Amino acid sequence: MLVIDNLKVAINGKNILKGISLKIRPGEIHAIMGPNGSGKSTLAAVLAGRELGVVTGGTVTYYGKNLLEMAAEDRAKEGIFLGFQYPIEIPGVSMVNFMKTAVNEHRKHKGLDPLSASDFLKLMREKKELVEIDSKLANRSVNEGFSGGEKKKNEIFQMAMLEPKLAILDETDSGLDIDALRIVANGVNKIKRADNSFIVITHYQRLLDYIVPDVVHVLYDGRIVKTAGKELALELEEKGYDWIKKEVENNILV
Amino acid sequence: MSAVSEVTARYLNLYNDNIDRINGISSPYINSFRQKAFEKFTELGVPTRKNEDYKYTNLNVFFDHDYRSLFMPVEADFAKADEFRCDVADLDAQGIVLLNGFYPTLNGKLHQFPNGVWIGSLNEAAVRFPDLVEKHYGKYAQTDKDGLVHLNTAMASDGVFIYVPEGVVVAQPVQVVNLVHAEEDIFNQHRNLIIVEKNAEFTLIICDHTLSPGKFLTNAVTEAYVGENSHFDLIRVQNEHNTACKITHTFIHQEKNSVASSNNLTLHGGLVRNSTYHNLGGERAESNSYGLFLGDKFQHIDNFVSVVHSSPNCTSNQLFKGVLDDVATGAFNGRILVRPDAQGTLAYQRNNNILLTDDAKMDTKPQLEIYADDVKCSHGATIGQLDDESLFYLQSRGINKREARVMLMFGFAHEVIQNIKIEALRERMDNLVMQRLRGELSRCASCMVKCG
Repeated sequence: MLVIDNLKVAINGKNILKGISLKIRPGEIHAIMGPNGSGKSTLAAVLAGRELGVVTGGTVTYYGKNLLEMAAEDRAKEGIFLGFQYPIEIPGVSMVNFMKTAVNEHRKHKGLDPLSASDFLKLMREKKELVEIDSKLANRSVNEGFSGGEKKKNEIFQMAMLEPKLAILDETDSGLDIDALRIVANGVNKIKRADNSFIVITHYQRLLDYIVPDVVHVLYDGRIVKTAGKELALELEEKGYDWIKKEVENNILV
Repeated sequence: MSAVSEVTARYLNLYNDNIDRINGISSPYINSFRQKAFEKFTELGVPTRKNEDYKYTNLNVFFDHDYRSLFMPVEADFAKADEFRCDVADLDAQGIVLLNGFYPTLNGKLHQFPNGVWIGSLNEAAVRFPDLVEKHYGKYAQTDKDGLVHLNTAMASDGVFIYVPEGVVVAQPVQVVNLVHAEEDIFNQHRNLIIVEKNAEFTLIICDHTLSPGKFLTNAVTEAYVGENSHFDLIRVQNEHNTACKITHTFIHQEKNSVASSNNLTLHGGLVRNSTYHNLGGERAESNSYGLFLGDKFQHIDNFVSVVHSSPNCTSNQLFKGVLDDVATGAFNGRILVRPDAQGTLAYQRNNNILLTDDAKMDTKPQLEIYADDVKCSHGATIGQLDDESLFYLQSRGINKREARVMLMFGFAHEVIQNIKIEALRERMDNLVMQRLRGELSRCASCMVKCG
């Protein structure tokens, strides 16, 4: 579904992504790990359409289309979802209004009529239960005054509402206690089907105890320097990133 | 004294030519203020940009113009006013319609409602309740800087009088609809007096509308007295067309333990200037001054607020927000004065503005004068664009950029609207603001004039 080929991105003249290649097929879960500042969040943002920097090379193809030419909202309607590392607070815009607008935009894109008010509220109720989000949150302004955990759960709730084909979760686990982590991970597992895919960006192995990846990549200094099965996450947890950094440096020397 | 300007001279002549007629139709007590006010106006004149409080607003465009001035109501006009119905569904309010500044006299001049509240013509009240009017009239509208307040005192012939007796809690708000409707360009002034006695509760909604497309100038003064332990809410909705100039001066005097709020919602108007004066005149009183303004094209909206903490342990709060498009301009001037005795003061002020184009312009100026020691004061002003990250957040959910911008602007505006306690009016405001932000007409359905 998604083919990233030698993607290079610069922000303010500084090269952040230095040639990333990645292939994701329907139904796969890819974990991307790596030390701070390696370019993980930039990759997530660029895939979702945030105009952060300049693409200086490479291509991204999504279901045969050039993803980089699409506006953020069109990517969303084509099934890409970004779970934000730091979800944005939008005072004065209610969750209901926000989600109703988003869901109906998706429906319009698929040639469907907008949901009636009662059908929409029913859908909200179902999805809230699915991700175990406190029902009162839905009556408040988007993320306003939410705790860190509530914000992350709200991202999963939005994902459940929009049913993406490819969800990119950018450090959804950071700042979560173990209960919230479990709720978030269970939410992902319930949304997971045979034909939708996930890119899970994380620092820690613990999330991957719940969401089991098919492939683990290590991103370091703007490049994917290692790709292996889920056991790689365990190895990183045990040994840290230093050995990878050394390997990379040695390779460069070689 | 410097020579009077040409613009000011117009109004001096207007006074001299008409003062006998005005005195003839008004009550003696109200007339007794005119001469002194006229002298004060002669001294201060029509404010120019040299006046610090009018630094960002050029009034000449509207004041230097020939208007017909109405000092006497015309019966036929009131039939028109009578036809006007506010169409806010579920707004359970007692309605009064003023046409060109006059209280409709067709059905009597002063009424008492079953809950004991008196509503009617100020002139009539001055005759029927001289004690009340003499105790409050002209006592709160005090200024040494704004000649227009004195121009109003000198020449306004009538307006609305509302009296809420002690202990009366009025659940149903009163709605005053100010209509301007004339074939010619007109200048009108009206004068309102609102008295809320001890332990009472009262909500007043004032809607400013224009019904015909001429050039109009309104200069209105409202004095409100809020007694001990009372609650008073004033909501002003302004929806006038681009060749209308609305100037309002609202003076709210509060006694001990009272809570008063003013909310100016300017949806549309050519030139709007709202001056709101809050005097916290008794201990532990609380005042809230809110404002929302949406401007586009060549509109100019100026909010001036003065909060005076005259007594200890009072709280005041100012929140004004504006969205300006095209070449619209705006100004906010928020003054907080804490007098030496006003220990334990809490005073807050915030003004946030969004400029949608490079040519829109906003001037904002906080003015804090603090003469007491035990005071907590804060003020903040921002002028900016819509937040890119918030826009991206909405877009990343499939909402197109245009819609996302409208949603963000609406959210921004809603912070002011949410302070309206009457649900039906709050919903109407949400809808009108949403329409306005989408570039649709935000007029109420019963309005005949297309704003903009």
